[in-house]
Amino acid sequence: MSIPITLTINGTRREIALDDPRVTLLDLLRERLDLTGTKKACDRGQCGACTVIVDGRRINACLALAVSHDGSDVLTIEGLSKDGQLHPVQEAFIAHDGFQCGFCTPGQIMSAVGLIREAQAGNDPERVREAMSGNICRCGAYAGITEAVLDAQTRMAGAFKEAAE
Amino acid sequence: MKRFDYHRAASPADAIAASAADGAVVLGGGTNLLDLMKGNVVRPDRLVDVTHLSGLDRIETLPDGSTRIGALVRNGDLAHDAAFARTYPAVAEALLSGASAQLRNAATTGGNLLQRTRCPYFTDGVSACNKREPGSGCDAIGGETRLHAVLGWSDSCIAVQPSDFCVPLAALGATVEIEGKAGARSVPLVEFHRLPGDEPWRETVLEAGDLVTAVVLPADAAGFAGHSRYLKVRDRTSYAFAVVSAAAALRLDGDRIADARLAFGGVALKPWRSRKAEAVLVGQPATVETFRRAAEAAMADAKPSGDNSYKIELARRIAVRAFTLALAGTPERVSALPASPFSSPLGVAAHA
Repeated sequence: MSIPITLTINGTRREIALDDPRVTLLDLLRERLDLTGTKKACDRGQCGACTVIVDGRRINACLALAVSHDGSDVLTIEGLSKDGQLHPVQEAFIAHDGFQCGFCTPGQIMSAVGLIREAQAGNDPERVREAMSGNICRCGAYAGITEAVLDAQTRMAGAFKEAAE
Repeated sequence: MKRFDYHRAASPADAIAASAADGAVVLGGGTNLLDLMKGNVVRPDRLVDVTHLSGLDRIETLPDGSTRIGALVRNGDLAHDAAFARTYPAVAEALLSGASAQLRNAATTGGNLLQRTRCPYFTDGVSACNKREPGSGCDAIGGETRLHAVLGWSDSCIAVQPSDFCVPLAALGATVEIEGKAGARSVPLVEFHRLPGDEPWRETVLEAGDLVTAVVLPADAAGFAGHSRYLKVRDRTSYAFAVVSAAAALRLDGDRIADARLAFGGVALKPWRSRKAEAVLVGQPATVETFRRAAEAAMADAKPSGDNSYKIELARRIAVRAFTLALAGTPERVSALPASPFSSPLGVAAHA
């Protein structure tokens, strides 16, 4: 028996027939919708590689049942760039060498987007590191990641100010 | 993961009816439940999803001045609610010291209370564990016991309850609102979790079909806002469970203690409030000497359940230091490293 659910994924409404309630949001994205930018590593909520934004909040897609998120708005790494222009967080990760092998990077970037939306860290690197502690990087690119988050946040605040003026 | 039937509850009454059956488990944020299901540690026949119920995601001030936190309020939303954090700063600090931002965004108030122990002999799915398999024994006893209980444990189970959130809730006299087949009732948080005794598989006072609908902080808990802290020692600075933690709160009358609260995490199978320690503090001068006497009283009945006697002295020191920090005044903002012993303000000794 299939379960019909509706998700808005990267701005597009999708009607999905789930054949099994056990499917996580992560497996739905990767295995059924071919959105493989979101990575599967620990699959137990420990590494953050599967971080996506659901209804404005960053969460671990591996610990979310797709069926439970019926009606939600999901933003993945594939939905960040606009008109061929990278998102400021993506640009900052490149500018500051915020990765080496790149496997954790989509999760790091989505987590950073969530962090900036939460607006709790300010320009304090210690608060940024703490707020990014749910994302593990085994290459150890943490110094670049912290710089990238701080830089992207500053640039986005500037762009917002420009747009308002 | 075992197959299960999925039922989306349409109302609290529907959730109660649907979750009363054998093998039914309530799904909230799922951060702990799905993890356990993936490991085949928990194998429900039916999941009753309560996350689509309306009205359970509010933080409200009730007419008597108490604060009611709906069971579906996310841990992250609660910690970042400015009015809540100002009124109950130790609760916000405890929340922010737990898990990661992603998990806090999914985890719910009710789910935090109902999360299971992280005892590795429970979570590995194969060791003898009276919680997982009643009557099978306890492989933790005589095993790796560095992180196990020093208070309230039994020969059947030496696990600890892992919640940070529950520790200041216990200290501040929170109650749990429950709806069930027999109607609504309210239980003090300190009575919500059961000690293991000889039935460690019975973890809370909930009966089949009972639904946690809210946690309520009484109005008088706000009186501690100026002097309350949560302090948590863990194996790494962020994203780790407590080895031992403490919530300490003071109400001062000049340089004397008018009222005090103290509860510990990581020492027992429930958040451990020490009324004995609180009684030692009331009416006394607010000094390190007084805090030391209270910490002694708090741990008077503690005994190691294995290779963990260090936890008893650690708990005493954390209590003294948490009170010393509380006396210095609640910081305007939760520090960059919430509840960390590595972020003490100037003038507070790092070693109590």
